[in-house]
Amino acid sequence: MSKSYVNKDILNMPKSGIRKFFDIASHMDDVVSLGVGEPDFETPWNIREAAISTLEKGRTSYTANQGLMELRSAICGYLSEKFNINYDPEKEIVCTVGASEGIDIAMKAITEIGDEILVVEPCFVSYKPCVTMAGGIPVVISTKMENDFRLQPEELEAKITPKTKALLISYPNNPTGAIMEREDLEKLVPIIIKHDLLVISDEIYAELTYGTKHVSIAEFPGMKERTIVLNGFSKAFAMTGWRLGYAAGPAEIIDNMNKIHQYIIMCAPTTSQYAGVEALTCENRDDFIEEMAEAYDIRRRLMVSEFNRMGLECFEPKGAFYVFPSIKSTGMTSEEFCEKLLMQEKVATVPGHAFGESGEGHIRCSYAYSVENIKWALSKIAMFVSSLK
Amino acid sequence: MRTKILELLDRNAKFTVSDIAAILGEKEEDVEAEIRMLENEKVICGYTALINWDRTEKDFVTALIEVRVTPQRGNGFDKIAERIYRFKEVKSVYLISGAYDLLVNIEGRTLKDVAFFVSDKLSTIDSVISTATHFVLKKYKDHGKILVESRIKDERMIIAP
Repeated sequence: MSKSYVNKDILNMPKSGIRKFFDIASHMDDVVSLGVGEPDFETPWNIREAAISTLEKGRTSYTANQGLMELRSAICGYLSEKFNINYDPEKEIVCTVGASEGIDIAMKAITEIGDEILVVEPCFVSYKPCVTMAGGIPVVISTKMENDFRLQPEELEAKITPKTKALLISYPNNPTGAIMEREDLEKLVPIIIKHDLLVISDEIYAELTYGTKHVSIAEFPGMKERTIVLNGFSKAFAMTGWRLGYAAGPAEIIDNMNKIHQYIIMCAPTTSQYAGVEALTCENRDDFIEEMAEAYDIRRRLMVSEFNRMGLECFEPKGAFYVFPSIKSTGMTSEEFCEKLLMQEKVATVPGHAFGESGEGHIRCSYAYSVENIKWALSKIAMFVSSLK
Repeated sequence: MRTKILELLDRNAKFTVSDIAAILGEKEEDVEAEIRMLENEKVICGYTALINWDRTEKDFVTALIEVRVTPQRGNGFDKIAERIYRFKEVKSVYLISGAYDLLVNIEGRTLKDVAFFVSDKLSTIDSVISTATHFVLKKYKDHGKILVESRIKDERMIIAP
């Protein structure tokens, strides 16, 4: 065998567990999917139109590395109004290519070789690889269904060592749909401060909470100076394909994240940045968000009730657009369950295992689909479950 | 619960009693009883699907007719409107402000059908002063739904993180 030119760490990095299912499902016909992690809504027309008009005007050059000043100011206004966190657009914001880039450059900016980064699982698939690629060691904290997948202070404390540098959390959570309310976060703050940790808080689903409003951990006294908030336009404004996100945090960290960003990216796509300005500053900004959240909420309730009815225990997710029912009663692993479901009923879901060990025994079902699609898929899952009995 | 049920059915008439009960966190029998009451009170007047007939074989024409009328003493426009909306070909009648008085939406199998309806039945009503018939050539959007969307299929990846 000839030698591999690929870096060993990259070579050994496992592919995302989602990939395998994607490969199977995408070669099948007539698959009904509950498998996507992006909104089924289109970007509101006024945002698309604003972007088209900047193209017509020829605004097609690079922007400042950290993003258009107009956009950064709009982001600061929005964060202050919505989440009560205040940033300086000059020094404390960098616009990124989706929140995904934010995760990567945050890790690169803060991690020294051997630093331990606490990763709360189940979680989005890129966190651990981003820590590893930055030279850090991901240390997993597993959350549990009996705690509604909320991070418990004793779970956090138990994993802290002298090498721990930072805590990476994401609420509302993909894949569980869990949220952390004010009282939950409040209990973490003293531990974080006592151990002098940094927090990277991925809040991409902040606009999608049901029955309660999102609270950012950066809002608590003593936290803003040790928190990098990651957010973006994908979920709040149905703008996944535009690849636009941002990081807000202490000036020194943002300045250094921007250094990396400048070398590897230059700037977020210019057209998307103008679209982002329209998204945040248009008069009917919140109307669209509310309308979308209401539609998600209807589907969420339908799904939770239907899973419980078919005997797959499902805790009530209060955020994002996922339900995470337990399939332990079937005696199968999440991967077996999803694979058989796909083969037998042609319904695509994602095994909880793909989001970390603690996701085992669950499947992730997205409700970013029309009610018709959801009802159809649920009836097939119900058929599948009863065929197992 | 009333308004919420109506809002849900307005959004999607295919919601079943058990769907609505699940969404609102109410008992099925309560939801069912409330819907029956809404039907009896004619708050819910019927259930219908929004169909894009242009995607089917079925052929028919729709016209919007502007009608100018002389209002009647004591009855205003209501009596004349009634004489028009009672025809089964007429799908909707609105009293409107502006250059004319009534906007009548009518459906027929052919252009001729509609033209004859206007000349035989509409124009002959005493109070009708004049009509202007506009045939619908293409429906782009109806009841808040875009009908001409070229993208019918979900183009998102089947599975994504």
